[in-house]
Amino acid sequence: MSETAAKTTRTVEIDGEALNFGPQHPSAHGVLRLVLELDGEVVERADPHVGMLHRGTEKLIEYKNYIQAVPYFDRLDYCSPMSEEHPFVLATEKLLGIEVPERAKWIRTMFGEITRLLNHLLNVTTYALDVGALSPSLWGFEEREKLMEFHEAASGARFHANYFRPGGVAKDLPDGLAERIWAWSETFPKFIDDLETLLTGNRIWKQRTVDIGVISAEEALSWGFSGPPLRASGVPWDLRRSQPYEMYDQCDFQIPVGRNGDCYDRYLVRMAEMRESTKIVRQCLEKMKPGPVKTQDHKFTPPPRAEMKRSMEALIHHFKLYTEGFHVPAGATYTVVETPKGEFGVYLVSDGTNRPYRCKIRPTGFAFLQAIDLLAKRHMLADCTAIIGSLDVVFGEVDR
Amino acid sequence: MAEESCAADGLLAQVAGLKGVLRTLCEKDEPVAVVDRAELLGVMTTLRDDPRFAFEQCMDICGVDWPDRAERFEVAYNLLSVSANRRLRVLVPVPEGEAVPSVWTLWRSATWWERETWDMFGIPFAGQPDMRRILTEYGFEGHPLRKDFPLTGYVEVRYDAERQQVVHEKVHLVQDFRNFDFLSPWEAMTELPGDEKARQGREPAGREGGE
Repeated sequence: MSETAAKTTRTVEIDGEALNFGPQHPSAHGVLRLVLELDGEVVERADPHVGMLHRGTEKLIEYKNYIQAVPYFDRLDYCSPMSEEHPFVLATEKLLGIEVPERAKWIRTMFGEITRLLNHLLNVTTYALDVGALSPSLWGFEEREKLMEFHEAASGARFHANYFRPGGVAKDLPDGLAERIWAWSETFPKFIDDLETLLTGNRIWKQRTVDIGVISAEEALSWGFSGPPLRASGVPWDLRRSQPYEMYDQCDFQIPVGRNGDCYDRYLVRMAEMRESTKIVRQCLEKMKPGPVKTQDHKFTPPPRAEMKRSMEALIHHFKLYTEGFHVPAGATYTVVETPKGEFGVYLVSDGTNRPYRCKIRPTGFAFLQAIDLLAKRHMLADCTAIIGSLDVVFGEVDR
Repeated sequence: MAEESCAADGLLAQVAGLKGVLRTLCEKDEPVAVVDRAELLGVMTTLRDDPRFAFEQCMDICGVDWPDRAERFEVAYNLLSVSANRRLRVLVPVPEGEAVPSVWTLWRSATWWERETWDMFGIPFAGQPDMRRILTEYGFEGHPLRKDFPLTGYVEVRYDAERQQVVHEKVHLVQDFRNFDFLSPWEAMTELPGDEKARQGREPAGREGGE
């Protein structure tokens, strides 16, 4: 080797390397950019960059009236649309101080649980897909389609339902839907059994998830966890039980709680929750009685179409409601519901006009994602997909 | 609003006794404490560690912009106690440009909420080591949730086929931005134009002599 070549050639030792996981990656569940600092194949540090799907929902809501704001919530967590509408609708009702008829509450409870099933089916099966199991997703999507047909029958849309409204729900269940849901609820527990045979005892599945991404109860609390990931760490906390809303205090259901706080426990909690949700759906159908589905004060809900043909007052109410909307008394509330993913809250500040002054959306996945650094540290690169899958994050909600 | 009864009256009475709590109130049956920002860390540490309060979780931190107030911003902390099953909202008023003490050492979840509040409102958090923007894009300027930030923003992004790259340009509105004013004087406005004259306490000129 010549002297000049020896001078320009030198050996550099690289200790770690940085890897961009996403923003386009099949198992990033959307648009997550995860900057990973690796030591070989071991993750030293994970730095999630979020905001790729930021659409300024909170700002847009400040320029819309209360009814116009509801559809934005469907587009947050598009895997569980009706659950996302729920806290905003409850918060508006709380500020207005209006009562909702009992049937509307039962319908909302039932669709809250159908949405939970919809969400968990998607999460568990795509999570399995991320770690290499194809069949669960093929099976799960078939069941999911049935549930989305219920969504469609009730609201007219498979995903972006806009079904829960301040004062009740948009319209009553169509004829025959209750029977169809009942018939489905008879067969669904068998499906969960089948799904469990694919995963719960599966050796590869357990190798990929047991003892991966462990978080203790204290850490989970400090990191702001809620929902299945918190319960998987052994904290028996469910807003449906501890701070009941709608009709959950009249439903009989169990809260599954894990013990180890790893990816496998988070999966088990979701599977058990699906069984409980099916029970709640059946109870709702049993206890639901005919009656109005929205408050009869037509300052807040539209009057029936037939009445508008005869009554001048009804026509005025309809016109006022869909142009100006309603004015909400000044005040603030932080209203939460237990969505499939965990605590989803709306901090709604009203200044007495027909538009929200401030509508802060508290996304569930935001807190989970922040803890990825803690969960993924000293794990293998491939475990990252298992951890992201087990946390159940959706970027429509995280980025808003 | 202070007269409203509250299920958490006992909690509010205890919180009101802490040093740094300016006032407590009950809003829609939700306990709220307004805290001086200089004393925030002390109050928050007590709220987390004292077994009377035991707020283990900080579920949400967000800002609210009130341009008409002397202290323009308000930072809201929504705390949750899993063991006692109750919530508390802590409000911290802060003027523009002033920093709020960071609570990330108390609750690890606070980091991202504080980053978001910084990003959206431009409220800095003293002691927060990671003060990067979080939701807006890389290189974004301004704080979008401030009331004086226009809904359409200042910059729009598009792909330029000629230059074969993504370009940032000043927002061009084809149609003027329309903002409808629904505050009709018959229903929503509690104060009619001219009412302020009645409160000025000035004697109507020229009338006295005549009568």
